[in-house]
Amino acid sequence: MAETFLPNVKWDKVLDAAYETVYMTGVSVAATFFLGIILGLLLFLTSKGNIWQNNVIHSIVAAIVNIFRSIPFIILIILLLPFTKAVVGTILGANAALPALIIGAAPFYARMVEIALREVDKGVIEAAKSMGATTSTIIFKVLIPESLPALVSGITVTAIALVGYTAMAGAIGAGGLGNLAYLEGFQRNHNDVTLVATILILIIVFLIQFIGDMITKSIDKR
Amino acid sequence: MISLKAVTKIYQSNRNPVKAVDQVDLEIQSGEIFGIIGYSGAGKSTLIRLLNGLEKPTEGSVNVAGKRIDRIKGKELRTARKEISMIFQHFNLLWSRTVRENIAFPLEIAGVAKSERLKRVDELIKLVGLEGKEDAYPSQLSGGQKQRVGIARALANNPKVLLCDEATSALDPQTTDSILDLLVDINKRMGLTIVLITHEMHVIRKICHRVAVMENGKIVEQGDVLTVFRNPQADITKRFVKQVTEPEETKETVEHLLDKYKKGKVVKLTFIGDRAEQPVISKLIRQFDVDVNILQGKISQTQNGSYGSLLIHIDGKEEKIKEAIEYIRNQQIEMEVIANG
Repeated sequence: MAETFLPNVKWDKVLDAAYETVYMTGVSVAATFFLGIILGLLLFLTSKGNIWQNNVIHSIVAAIVNIFRSIPFIILIILLLPFTKAVVGTILGANAALPALIIGAAPFYARMVEIALREVDKGVIEAAKSMGATTSTIIFKVLIPESLPALVSGITVTAIALVGYTAMAGAIGAGGLGNLAYLEGFQRNHNDVTLVATILILIIVFLIQFIGDMITKSIDKR
Repeated sequence: MISLKAVTKIYQSNRNPVKAVDQVDLEIQSGEIFGIIGYSGAGKSTLIRLLNGLEKPTEGSVNVAGKRIDRIKGKELRTARKEISMIFQHFNLLWSRTVRENIAFPLEIAGVAKSERLKRVDELIKLVGLEGKEDAYPSQLSGGQKQRVGIARALANNPKVLLCDEATSALDPQTTDSILDLLVDINKRMGLTIVLITHEMHVIRKICHRVAVMENGKIVEQGDVLTVFRNPQADITKRFVKQVTEPEETKETVEHLLDKYKKGKVVKLTFIGDRAEQPVISKLIRQFDVDVNILQGKISQTQNGSYGSLLIHIDGKEEKIKEAIEYIRNQQIEMEVIANG
């Protein structure tokens, strides 16, 4: 039956591509989460009225974040080609997509982290200070736990954006479902392949949203 | 225990600096419940934050439990803060932690071992009467229960001083009373020094030994609660004292009465301490040939005695009234003739 409706779909290739997409998304989401939280914390803590208030550092970090957030992703990949070549050793394949994916998504997520941290009740931070908490205690036991639902829903949105980025990266040689849809589907005019790739991407996106919502709901005790 | 000398705090906002605290001198004894009352913007929130170094004074010295809070910083300040804990108007609990975990938080900060933490938390939960709520999250608690968690959390590291930042202002009157009772109980049992700021004279009356009145960053009056109640000096103090001694409608009532009683005298008596419990009025009626009509009365309890005011109308022959008033004067009761008939 599959052969009649989807004559050009080679399932082993589809499976490989799906795996590559999940791999690229997974690794870049993990790295973005980590890097974004660091950048977001830095943005928050150096802003006015906070623990490390520092205009210079804040402006520099904010500028970097804004620049990388503003460059269209497809251009960012091209700009980063020499960097990718130096770090990964190749500009082809799933691993070669990772630097661009992370550098593209981390600043985006950092802004979300900053907003989430700003929503943490100032009074709670003051209470922790009044108990003699160190800055690291405030970060790890107050700021992050108290903003965790927002951090998780933020990374969910970012992860979905990253699935889209992997497809774009795929078009210029990173592999994955985007690559499959572009090379096998579009360029060879096999619409059935494009359709299958699209459906798989949709499933991945729905799964990410579902898992993200579930986690957010279970940790939010407000 | 606490000593502030010539403390001034100026906030440098764009262009016009704001003097939040202005040349404040304050001495608070160990084991005392000290109240600071003032309207919002008087500088009391800043003043209380100077006591644990959340704010640094622009000038002057702040000495709490033997530490120069205005000078120390870093680790030394963090250590000092374990002896000066604080509770807040909006409780400031971590919503992501259960009651037990919230109370354990300062113990984690102090580096107390886990088994000991659990033991101490159980003691504290019993102390503030939250048995059965150990695993609830703050969102599942009422305001009064949240403040009890706040108090337990503040007591975790056996502090010497407890700072209360409008701790009952977000609570209803009944819950306020139960929280105040808990504070008095803690003060008596543990000999804890309590400094509280409030805008409600009721709170001062109910639990404080001494009071300071703040206006525009300055302390305009301070002393024993009973003395301040009996003899308020500053206008603002008089207004605060009226909050608890005179019901809202007093002025109207009096005006109405003055119209009604054309004869005799309307007299306001103020009783302090033991005098408040003596049967002055019945003696008055028995000894003098006068009619006494009680118009309005109120007795309030403070931590150092009771305080009451009574509005009466005395009628009879003129010289009898004079004698009666003379008698009252001799009873060392403060008296004010409001109107002559």
